[in-house]
Amino acid sequence: MLSRRLNTVRRRLSAVSDGLREFYVAPYRRTFGRARRDEDDLFTLLVLSESLGVPNPASYYTAELLPLVYEGVHEWHTRMGMDRSPLADVSCC
Amino acid sequence: MNSLVLAVIGIVLMVAGYLLYSKFLAKKVYRLDPAFTTPAHELNDGVDYVPTNKFVLWGHHFTSVAGAAPIVGPAVAVIWGWLPAVLWVTLGTIFFAGMHDMGALWASQRHKGQSMGMLSGRYIGPRGRALFLVVIFLLLLMVVAAFAVVIKNLLISTPSSVIPVWGAILVAAVIGQMIYRWKINLLLTTIIGVVALYALILVGDANPVVLPDPILGMTPATFWIVALFVYAGIASLLPVWVLLQPRDYINGVQLFIGLGILFGSVLLSAPAIVAPAINHNVPEGTPPLVPLLFVTIACGAISGFHGMVSSGTSAKQLDKETDARFVGYFGAVGEGLLALGAIIAATAGYRTLADWEAVYTAFNEGGVAAFVEGGGNILNAGLGIPLGLSATILATMAVLFAATTMDTGMRLLRFVVQEAGELAKVRIGGALGTIIALVIAVGLVFSLGADGEGGMLIWPLFGTTNQLLASLTLSVIAVILLRKRINPLPVMIPLAVVMVMSIYALIIQLGTFYADQNWLLLVLDVIILIASLWVALEAFIAMGKARAGVDDDAERPSANVEG
Repeated sequence: MLSRRLNTVRRRLSAVSDGLREFYVAPYRRTFGRARRDEDDLFTLLVLSESLGVPNPASYYTAELLPLVYEGVHEWHTRMGMDRSPLADVSCC
Repeated sequence: MNSLVLAVIGIVLMVAGYLLYSKFLAKKVYRLDPAFTTPAHELNDGVDYVPTNKFVLWGHHFTSVAGAAPIVGPAVAVIWGWLPAVLWVTLGTIFFAGMHDMGALWASQRHKGQSMGMLSGRYIGPRGRALFLVVIFLLLLMVVAAFAVVIKNLLISTPSSVIPVWGAILVAAVIGQMIYRWKINLLLTTIIGVVALYALILVGDANPVVLPDPILGMTPATFWIVALFVYAGIASLLPVWVLLQPRDYINGVQLFIGLGILFGSVLLSAPAIVAPAINHNVPEGTPPLVPLLFVTIACGAISGFHGMVSSGTSAKQLDKETDARFVGYFGAVGEGLLALGAIIAATAGYRTLADWEAVYTAFNEGGVAAFVEGGGNILNAGLGIPLGLSATILATMAVLFAATTMDTGMRLLRFVVQEAGELAKVRIGGALGTIIALVIAVGLVFSLGADGEGGMLIWPLFGTTNQLLASLTLSVIAVILLRKRINPLPVMIPLAVVMVMSIYALIIQLGTFYADQNWLLLVLDVIILIASLWVALEAFIAMGKARAGVDDDAERPSANVEG
């Protein structure tokens, strides 16, 4: 009985907490989302630099990240203002 | 008349407006369709476009649009008596603001959540966009300048609010750290934050800070203005999570607490309104009620700023199109209630008519200070909070609202400066943009006197610009309706009223500024007047074209979606 009541209270409290979190996060979701996207774009550029013809001293390390960024290449190059993929080995469109 | 009766009538009318008029708008005018795929679903990217629960979205929408403006405007406007202010606030909320906010939300979400600026480019013409940038720049500039003066006045008239006002910045910064660095539960953080804020209010109440004159070679008034702009400049450059986000949040919570306290104590104490219904012996120099009332109260009756929040931000998060009714219209109702509360505080919080008249000695006297004093008396009568403390609470509340708006305004002003730089092919960095924005805003404040004592002169101009923005938005909505062959009268009549009143007010103020030899405001007035006439002309042409029968389905696809 008591534990059930405690459970209800806990559930309600966490519901309130979730609501507050949404209230805290949502107005700035966009700002943070953009900042994150900008950083990811820069990172993608770094990882792809060798294939774009820019010497990359860290390519030994970034090479294994290539498969991870390939998925986002299409969105990345359209965002960067290029209609077609600039990579020779990736043809997404 | 008893203020409780007034509050009940106002609330009933606005709620009836929501239940009946917004239903009419939803069915017959905007024709909201629950099956329409909103941009939030169509373009869901987890960043800009996110389907959001309508109650949560309403909360954001409301806290973004409500600030100090619906307090300042009504508190100034009751100088003509409480009846005109109440009528304009209730009727304005029902037939103007609700329709405008809901319409902006609807128009934007029917166009992939594009901002009003983009829509005006599309429906009014390429000049529409440029016009929009100009009007927004003027609006932001004036809101920053006016609020700096409002805050400065409150810090001087209620010295007990100095500690909580500046302490709140610290509280917000600590909350930001608690959430992002120490990952403390938000419910607990909120409670700690609110308790800390109210503890600061208690400390401040016991230790009023009156600055020595002169301080660092400045008068206290000058010092506060400089301090405020230094703070706003720094705040607008910091990463948002450090200060602005927690500050917005705690102010949002505080807004609901404050509204609750104010209406609760009106309910408990039911003070009689001492101010006259219509003030027949207004102080000398008070401008005529028509048209100045309609620009003195902008936020709370109709405000173009809401259109900016509705389009571009809220529109991208609508889960269902029918939610526009609750989020847009009820958001306006929330603000109308805040304005109503301000009117009651500034008219019923005095014991006798003579007390009230002693505060409202001239146009722009009284204002927020009257709201704080009168509201403090009501809080005292209703909840038994000691007089000094209740005034400190309200002054802190008003300053916090104004300061959040100032922060955001400063930030947006910087973006506008940077955007204008882009158009002129000059790259302006964040720091330089902030400095340019700061210099212009500070220059405007100090041009009104070294103590900024003339700062409130700018208030009606701010209201006018706000109404100008609203008429621009309403014109866009009217053109869209005309193209869809829907009767646009519910939009056209308010549009005509707002446009005529603001142009009329500009002309009257032109005379005032000329008589006062206030050349800067005179020039600003002329610029706004030109912009108004320009808006009217462009809207007229666009509506004429739309009537001539441009088919909405055959229009060219829009090339640029806001990025």
